[in-house]
Amino acid sequence: MHDKTALDLAAGIAAGDFSAREVTTAFLDRIAATDGELNAFLLVDTAGALAAADSVDADRAEGRPLGPLAGVPVAIKDVLATEGLATTCGSRILEGWVPPYDATVTRNLREAGAVIIGKTNMDEFAMGSSTENSAFGPTRNPWDTGLIPGGSSGGSAVAVAARQAPLSLGSDTGGSIRQPAAMCGVVGVKPTYGGVSRYGLVAMASSLDQVGPFATTVADAALLHSVIAGHDPHDSTSLDAPVPPVLQAAQNADIRGMRIGVVKQLAGEGFQAEVRAHFDRSLELLAGAGAEIVEVDCPHFEHALAAYYLIMPSECSSNLAKFDAMRYGLRVGDDGNNSVEQVMGLTREAGFGPEVKRRIMLGTYALSSGYYDAFYGQAQKVRTLIARDFAEAFAEADVLATPTAPTTAFPIGEKVDDPLSMYLQDIATIPANLAGVPGMSLPVGLDEKGLPVGLQFMAPALADDRLYTAGAALEALTGWEARP
Amino acid sequence: MPEISRDEVAHLARLARLDLTEDELEHYAEQLGVILGAVQRVSEVAASDVEPMSHPVAISNVFRTDQRVPGLSAEQALAAAPAVEQDRFRVPRILDEE
Repeated sequence: MHDKTALDLAAGIAAGDFSAREVTTAFLDRIAATDGELNAFLLVDTAGALAAADSVDADRAEGRPLGPLAGVPVAIKDVLATEGLATTCGSRILEGWVPPYDATVTRNLREAGAVIIGKTNMDEFAMGSSTENSAFGPTRNPWDTGLIPGGSSGGSAVAVAARQAPLSLGSDTGGSIRQPAAMCGVVGVKPTYGGVSRYGLVAMASSLDQVGPFATTVADAALLHSVIAGHDPHDSTSLDAPVPPVLQAAQNADIRGMRIGVVKQLAGEGFQAEVRAHFDRSLELLAGAGAEIVEVDCPHFEHALAAYYLIMPSECSSNLAKFDAMRYGLRVGDDGNNSVEQVMGLTREAGFGPEVKRRIMLGTYALSSGYYDAFYGQAQKVRTLIARDFAEAFAEADVLATPTAPTTAFPIGEKVDDPLSMYLQDIATIPANLAGVPGMSLPVGLDEKGLPVGLQFMAPALADDRLYTAGAALEALTGWEARP
Repeated sequence: MPEISRDEVAHLARLARLDLTEDELEHYAEQLGVILGAVQRVSEVAASDVEPMSHPVAISNVFRTDQRVPGLSAEQALAAAPAVEQDRFRVPRILDEE
C-alpha cells in the first residue's frame, strides 16, 4: 500500500478498492516501523488521522462528494500551524505550543479530504540545510542513515522518500524544499512567491518564504500544489491571479520546441563531478526529446548567496522579535525580580539554538545604523539585478535548468559548525527565492555511492506549470524508479 | 575581513535581547567576522543607480471591506500564555522600582 502514488491512492479510495482507514493504517504502521531510526516526525497524530480517514469512508458510504485528496495521508512541516496539534518549528522556545488556528494550507488540506498524519522535523525556524539544527535531534537520510537528509524541510523530504507518507508539505526560503528533495531522491517544488498562502506559516524571511509540495512523482506534486495554491485574503502578499494549470501540465510532458536555458554561472565549478555528469546527461535526454538547449548568462547570480545572507538574516532578526516570552511559548527567569527585558533575554538565550542566534545577530548587525546602507541596502540592489538577470534569461528560455545542490548528501556532523560551507548548499536555489520565481527539484540519477542527485528547473513567476511539463518529461526520460 | 569585537557582539546581543554566555560572545565574534567577510562581496557590485528591491511582488496597500468577523476568544488567546492573571497576560515588571 505504501508504495502507491497519491493519485493511485485517491483513485483507489474513490473506487472502493480499499478504504481510507486501510490506507492510513498502512502508513501509520510504516511510520511506526521506520521512524525510530529516521526521526522524520516530531508528532504522529494517530487518533486524528484515523478519525479523518473514517470520515472519508463515511462520506463515500453515504455517496457524498469526495475531495481531490480524500483519504490520502499528508505530513506537514512543523512550521505550519495546525489547530489543536502542537507546532514547535523545531525549537524549544515553542515546545508544547498548540496553535488556536489552522494555516490556510492546513485548511486547504482538510477541505480536500486529506488525512493529516503528523508534523515533520526541521531545522529550527527553518534555518539550515541539513535538519541538524532541530532542537529535537537530527533527521536521518533513508538512503544512508549516517547522512543528513538536507534541510530545512528534511523531515518532510524523508517522510516521502521513506514512504511514511505519500505527500508532504515543506517551506522554502533559500532552497529548503528543493535541496532536501535532491538529497532524498524525491520531487520538491517551491511555487511562485505569492502563489500559495503564507497565513499560518511561521515566518523566517517574509519576502522569501513559500510553502510547497513534496511527492514521489511530478504528477503527485502537481496534485498537492493544486490543492494549496490560490489567493488568500489572509495573506496580503498572496497573488490574486489564477492558479497555473499544474495538473494538466504534469499530464502533458510534451517539450518539443521548449527552450531550456542552462545558467552559465551554475553549470560547472563547485559542483561534484557526478552531479554535473547527471546534469549533462539529463540535458542530452531533454534535447533528444525535442527541447532546445540554450546557454543563458546571469552575471549577478554569483552575488546571490552574499545578498541572501544579508537580506534573510535581516528579516529573521525582525520576525523572530515576536518570541518575547510574553504571550505564548517558553518563559525563563520570571522570578518576580527580573525585569521584562531580562526575562526576554534569558528566555531567548535558553529557547533558541546556535544557528538561530547567529542569524538574529547577523541581521541585527546588517540593519544597525551605520551599516544599513552598505549591507542591507546594497543587498537589496543586488536583488534587483538578480531579478533583471532572470527577466533577460526568460526572454531567451522558457525554463532554466541547474543542478539543485552542489553535492549529494553528506555525513551528519560534517558541516554543522562551519556555517559558510553549509550556506554554499543553497547556491543554485537561492536566486529563485530572491526573484520570487518558482523552482522544482526532481531526482535524475544516483552517484557512485548510490545517493540521489537532483536537477532544478526554474520558470517565470506564475508559470509554475512549465516546471511540471519539463519535470514530467524528464521524469519519463530518466525512468527514475530508485528508492531507498 | 571586517573585524567584529567581542564588545560589538555584546552590544548586538543586547539589542536582540539575547543573554549570551561569555563563550558564545567569543564564538560569535569570530564567526560573524568570517560571515561578514564573505557577504561583504555585495559591495563590489556597481549598483549606485539601481533601485533596491524589498519584495518580489510590488505591493501597495491591500484593503478588505470593513466587516465584522469572529476572532479568538479571550480563553483561546490566553490558552498558551506563560502566565495569566485576571483574564490577562501577566508580564514581569516593566518599570523600575523607584
